[in-house]
Amino acid sequence: MITQIMIVIASVLMLLGVWGLLSRRHLIKIILGFTLLDTGIHVLLVAIGYRRGGTAPIFDGDLSPAEALARAVDPVPSALVLTAIVIGLAVTALMLSYAVKMFQHKRSLMIDRNKELKW
Amino acid sequence: MIMEIVLIVLGIMILGGGIMVIVSKDIVGAIIASGVVSLLASIIYLIVGAPDVAMTEAAIGSGLTTVVFLFAWSRIKQLRDADAIPESDSDTAGGISVDPDLNQNRKLTENQEADNA
Amino acid sequence: MLKRLLTIALMVALAASFFPLMSSIRDRADVGPLAAEYLEDGASDLGAANLVTAVVVTYRGLDTLGEVTVLFAAAAGIALVFQFIRRNREGDAVGQPMEGCGWEELPCRIEASEILKTASGILLPLFLMFGVYIFTHGHLTPGGGFQGGVVIASAILLAFLAGSIRELRHSMVEILEMLAGAGYVAIGLLGIWLAAGFLDPRFLPAGEFGALFSAGAIPVIYSLVGIKVGSELSGVIDVMRRKA
Repeated sequence: MITQIMIVIASVLMLLGVWGLLSRRHLIKIILGFTLLDTGIHVLLVAIGYRRGGTAPIFDGDLSPAEALARAVDPVPSALVLTAIVIGLAVTALMLSYAVKMFQHKRSLMIDRNKELKW
Repeated sequence: MIMEIVLIVLGIMILGGGIMVIVSKDIVGAIIASGVVSLLASIIYLIVGAPDVAMTEAAIGSGLTTVVFLFAWSRIKQLRDADAIPESDSDTAGGISVDPDLNQNRKLTENQEADNA
Repeated sequence: MLKRLLTIALMVALAASFFPLMSSIRDRADVGPLAAEYLEDGASDLGAANLVTAVVVTYRGLDTLGEVTVLFAAAAGIALVFQFIRRNREGDAVGQPMEGCGWEELPCRIEASEILKTASGILLPLFLMFGVYIFTHGHLTPGGGFQGGVVIASAILLAFLAGSIRELRHSMVEILEMLAGAGYVAIGLLGIWLAAGFLDPRFLPAGEFGALFSAGAIPVIYSLVGIKVGSELSGVIDVMRRKA
């Protein structure tokens, strides 16, 4: 049930992100669409690692190493999403710096006016 | 049972926030809404048993990403306003404010057109 | 019109492709074989209490090295783009850095309010200490290098917003980043000579489970990653704030 709800949330975020990417013409809105798509993918990855009644794979007072196999969630998707979130920030910052540079040269952020690369 | 209800409520809020990101005409509002979506996703990660991911998403998604967007947008507005008529009655001087497509005595550039799908 | 129809068709196709996953997935009762092996052997093998840290630093250590590289490339790209902006516009009215503020053309930014200045004076050292705590205790509590680095960058951002710091001295940021990155690779190479392979943290003693100096070289590696990410993101924030 929980995995299902999370996958629905992830699909909704991904669809909203792709919609924003395709249907908007303002460059900042397109970059915001990328951010939403990214967030959706991360929720999907973490949802795959969940197990019923699971708890975080950290050994403290609650969880001892002996019962880790029975109760902890999968640690690998968490590790992958950690990497992906930081890379998402770096790519977003780079995209925004290109947007600022494009505005400096063209004085417009609407992608209709910047069609030189289309053939 | 309670976990499912909390997740469903968070999901509905995420849907609302996501729609606001795409549909809103005000760029600053869209940026803040994307920060809110990241925050709600971070709460979901905490509930599901991934506290490391929750910490990272909260700090990066609702912290640094929103700030980087706002710096870039503020710079774009500053460049746009510097192009306009030099007599600027600046309530936007250097600050971050609402997209001023209500102000008729500025030279309207094409950035101020509304998005239509 | 055609564009809108095509967009709607694509969205429907995407939703239809997600639908089988959404409808037929159920909560799993047990994890896969790879995760089972990490959960069973991770604590005794490496001595780390936080298994996600163990996976990020050791079992998936090359991915973390790749991520640090991507972050470095993106930060270098951002600095490069803004370098070009400043050079292209030499002699033009827009685009010359103004003395004193680093902000161009318009008057200096709004002065920070009293609350922000006072609060940042109290919060800033606590913030930095919290960031260092997070990345040194990465193997014991939730957290680690990336989280600690981002908290440190947020502390620097608070200092900028409150007006305590005018600009970062880029030489210091670059030296920190360079030393931390080189140190990370050097520890990886030490793993080849003293332990079983690249980025193997077992050449330092595993210590007692749950102590600060335990889990081999994992705290050292993660601290270096934390310093690198913190200084890099502070540099990116500084570039986007001043030259952007």
